Order: sequence, then C-alpha cells, then structure tokens
Amino acid sequence: MTLADILISLFPMGHVAEERDGLIFGRGTLPGGDPIHILGVVDQTALGVEGALALAGRVLEIAASANSDPILVVIDSASQRMSRRDELLGLSEYLAHLAKALLLAETSGHRTIGLLYGGSAAGAFIATALSTGMLAALPGAHPAVMDLASMARVTKLPIEVLTAKAETTPVFAPGLDNLAKTGAIHAIWDPARPLSDQLAELLTSPAGDDCRAQLGLDRGGRPKAAAIAARVIAEARRG
Amino acid sequence: MTALPSGLSWLEASARQRLAALLDPGSFAEFIGPEQRERSPHLRLFDLPEQFDDGMIVGRATLCRTPVLVAAQEGRFMGGAFGEVHGAKLTGLLRAAALLGRDVLILFDTGGVRLQEANAGELAISEIMRAIVDLRRAGNRVIGLIGGRAGCYGGGGLIAGCCSALIVSEQGRISVSGPEVIETNKGVEEFDSRDRALVWRTMGGKHRYLIGGADGYVADDPAAFRAATQSALGRSPGLDLSMLHAEHQRLTRRLARFGNARDGTDVWSTLGIADPDAIPGLADDDFRHLADACREVADDAR
Amino acid sequence: MEHLSYTVTAPRAAGGTRRQAIIGVVASGNLEVLAERVLATDTCTVDIATAARGFAPVWQAVIADFVALRAAGGLRLSINDGGARPDTVALRLAQVVRLIEEPEA
Repeated sequence: MTLADILISLFPMGHVAEERDGLIFGRGTLPGGDPIHILGVVDQTALGVEGALALAGRVLEIAASANSDPILVVIDSASQRMSRRDELLGLSEYLAHLAKALLLAETSGHRTIGLLYGGSAAGAFIATALSTGMLAALPGAHPAVMDLASMARVTKLPIEVLTAKAETTPVFAPGLDNLAKTGAIHAIWDPARPLSDQLAELLTSPAGDDCRAQLGLDRGGRPKAAAIAARVIAEARRG
Repeated sequence: MTALPSGLSWLEASARQRLAALLDPGSFAEFIGPEQRERSPHLRLFDLPEQFDDGMIVGRATLCRTPVLVAAQEGRFMGGAFGEVHGAKLTGLLRAAALLGRDVLILFDTGGVRLQEANAGELAISEIMRAIVDLRRAGNRVIGLIGGRAGCYGGGGLIAGCCSALIVSEQGRISVSGPEVIETNKGVEEFDSRDRALVWRTMGGKHRYLIGGADGYVADDPAAFRAATQSALGRSPGLDLSMLHAEHQRLTRRLARFGNARDGTDVWSTLGIADPDAIPGLADDDFRHLADACREVADDAR
Repeated sequence: MEHLSYTVTAPRAAGGTRRQAIIGVVASGNLEVLAERVLATDTCTVDIATAARGFAPVWQAVIADFVALRAAGGLRLSINDGGARPDTVALRLAQVVRLIEEPEA
C-alpha cells in the first residue's frame, strides 16, 4: 500500500496532510468525527537533527493543547542520518527529545499510535515507532536494527552463516516478523480490512504500562527480559 | 568540585572497580549477582563467551549517605553493548526505583546495541527510555556518568539523552552513529574514524560540555565523578511539558547558533573562545574554567 | 566454546570468610573468575568455558600450579575465558583468592 492508500483507508471521512523534507504533518477524522493528528517520517528519509526537532515541536504543541486528541505516527524511514554534522550538533539529544515528547504526550492524555508501513532502523526507529504507546505495522514493512550485510561485517561472520542462524531465532535478524516476536509490534494489520477499523481497535484498547517484554515472552522472541526485570524489582524491594 | 585524586583512571577501571571507587565503601549490594549466572541466552548461538553478569551490574548503594540505585556497564565485555539480559537488568532497576522513590546512577560504557541479539537490544533501549521518563515524572533523578573506553554510542546515546543530568570526562564520547559506522556507510571523506582528534572534537567530553550536551565535566578520576554526582543529586529532577519546551528552545537555539559549523573548533569559536585550537590540549581544570565562562548550559532544560 | 571441568585436592583452605568474589572481564585475551566458598575445605573445583579450543593440558598445568601455591580449598571456581594466556589465567586465579580473603566490606 502507498501512504496515500493507507491514509484513505484509515480516514474514510477525510484527512489533510502535508509532506515536506521527508516529514509529514496533518490531521485525520476518525469514524466518530473526532480528530486525530498525523505526523511522521516518509520516503525512507534518514532522521537528522532538523527532522527530529520539527517532529518534537509538533508533538509538544499537541501535548500542550487542552484536548486529548490522539496522535498517529506513520513511519517509513531510514536510520538516523549518519553524518559528522549531525553528531557534532548532538543528534542523540535531538532524537531523545523527540522520544521524550512522544512519551510525555501519551502520559498527558494523547494516545500515540505508531504505524510502520515501510522501513525504519536503529536510532530513528527508537525515537519514532518504538516511542509510541502502541505500534502497528503493515505487511511489507521492513524494520531493521542493522541489515545483515553490515552485521556480517561487524560480527565477521559470512552472510550465509547469519542467514542460516536467522532461521532458528528471531532475536537478531531484520524483519517485521522477527521484531514482532520480540514484542516490539503490538499488531500487524490486515490490509484487506479497512484500516480505520483496525486503528479504532487500538485506540479503544486501554493504554497502560510497557508490556512489550511480556509480548516478547508470549511470542517466543525474548525468553528472559520479562523475568529478569521482575527479579531485579523483587530483589530491590527486599531489604 | 575538587576532590582528592584516587589514583585510579575511570577510563581504565572495570565496571566493578568504578562502583567500588564511586560509592560509599561497602554500601553496594548487587541484584542478580554473578553467582546467579544469568548470562545471555543468545551468545552461544554465535559460539561466543558469556559473562556471568552479562556486562551489566545493578544494585543498591549509598553515595555520601544518600541511598541510590546504580547500574554499571562493563565496556570491555562485548563493547558494553545492550542485549536482552543486560538491558532487562537496567529496565528492572529503573522500575524498582520508581516504586521505591530512589534516584538512579547509570555508569555508561557502551557501543550501543549488541548485534548478536539486535532486536532484543533495540527494544531494551526503548524500554529503558520509557522507564526513565516514568521515573523522572515521578520526581526522581537519573544521572549518567560517561567516561569509559567504549564511550556512549548508539542507543546508549539516546538513553543518555533521557537522563536528568550527565557527567562526562574528556574521554567520554556521546554519539548516535559512531565514527566507524559513519565511515562504513558514508565514506572516509565524511568521517575518518582513524582521526582520533576529529573524534574528540566531534563527540568527546569537552565538546559535549561546551554545547550543553553534558552538565558536569570532570577529570578521569572516580573521586571527581563522585563529587560531581553528589552535586547532581541536588539538581531538580523534573520532567514535564515545561521542561520539554525549555529543552526544545535550547536545541532550537543550538541549531541556529552552530548549524553551519563544520568542525568542533567552529562551534567553540562561535562560543567566543579566542583560541579554539588550544581546547583539546587544555588541562581539565583550565578547560573547565574557560568553558564555564562561555558554554551553553542545559539547566532545567534536559 | 569448549567446556572443561577439574576437581582437585587442595592442600590449603582458602582464607577469610567471604562467600564469593569475582575478578576480571570476558574479553579477547582476558577472563573472569568467580570464586564461591561452597565446598569441603580440602577440595577445589574449576569449571571453564573457553573460546580457545584444544588447551586442556595447559589449563590442567596452570590449575595444578595454582592449587599447590595458593590457598584454594573449599572454592568452586567458575571461569569464562576469552582466550587468555596462561600467565593471565594464573594472575586472575591469584587475584580472586586474595579477594575472597579480604574482610567483608
């Protein structure tokens, strides 16, 4: 699905959106007539300091408003922009700023729903999709912490060996199914059904604590994270 | 912020040595200690050696008699990278801190996500960031200490960006994409990772302190880190919308002021430093004296 | 990874009262040793997971020297090894025995 198709299926009652410099900003109308904010990264754009700041600025405007309109974050990005200039300016702070803005918007009453419909990777993935309250994805989305070729270079393992290992565990290899198994993605949507219905299902499910480790355990992608975190809490509360 | 030097280099010390030198003597009690052998379940797939604490040490302690929870990464094991168990120990610690109303110290030493368990590591970083935001919203501090061999790279840089205060030494590097990653992806013309002076000017502790990317600048010495941490424990912890608005203004201003800089020296020159080329060679005390007169600060805007 | 396991008679019991001690890190050419005071005072066990295969005779020799020289009785030693040289192994073993003798902090 193209982004245009996706937005039409999400918002049969209409939407307005403007794309500039690889970012998108807009508003849609939910089936009940309520508004929802749209923002995100499009066209496989790498997220640099300007992009992160612009997105965070919009999120903060929304968070400061008196209503509780939800936010849809659509993502088809590359990784963070890899450049000397971005790092000189402190890209880590800009990406963290965006993540904090999204997390705070959620806690101040604006539900944040991520929709991964293309690529995303590394720090850009953390600062956008993974910082929403709930993350949905469409089949064909292709998130990656790092591609297998780069991974082969760093781990000094032949790519055939990595590909074979990826068959037996979801824990390291790129791809939507692997990330879903580790608990990163709450729901993979069915493009044959109206996306508006599937968005409504997420918006009506209760917002709550971070349950991704439990999802990863249930789906067999992260055997230990939930139990380890729980044990640290138990030991800390003892004594 | 002067403290008697301890004779131990923070850079060279192991994570356990750093904890012992930073905290009140004998106060540290570890959670899920090495005797529990909670190692990574994923490294054996790659025939790689495991470490009994998976490179992350967490526990409770006191610092100048203030109770804190504390986490330390071992940068020499797998580059201090975040894997499933490594990350989950920190997530658990931060959530415990929220329940107990404790401040948290994080002794960063990390190359980012551990590639052999990349998906679990990436997600762990996101879970840690969310736990930090929740902890700070509850009114507790999260103080990051950065001066280890592995620096604070990748997702570690994003976690650092969520802390209420950061203390760095000259050797402490904070960055998302590391020099090697930029060079591999964009070419040696974009970043020559073997040019160590360039690395320090772009992401090293002095540069980060000057642009407000860190709040404390200390010598490569646990006693100096300890004194600065004690002072950071007195800072406002707050994380709310007004703080984020202030941070937004701060980062907007940084982009406007330094967005055309080509090198760290251009940034330092814009700050009003007469001889920017001398910055890398300045002794710690001289540097801090000079920097404090002109640097950007992040008070209540982080 | 290769796993090796040795049980040896120790002529001298480990000093001090600490229950456990840990030293070193797992990195190329380095190792960690975890010592736990859980055995009879005339026994020492050493369990090794090493990235370098085929060095069992060297390990055996280093451990024999160690037990003869140091007070290791009662200790269960567990080693994760990133391919350290024998002199580094001997150093870490000596360090961990010294550490477990230190008074409780």
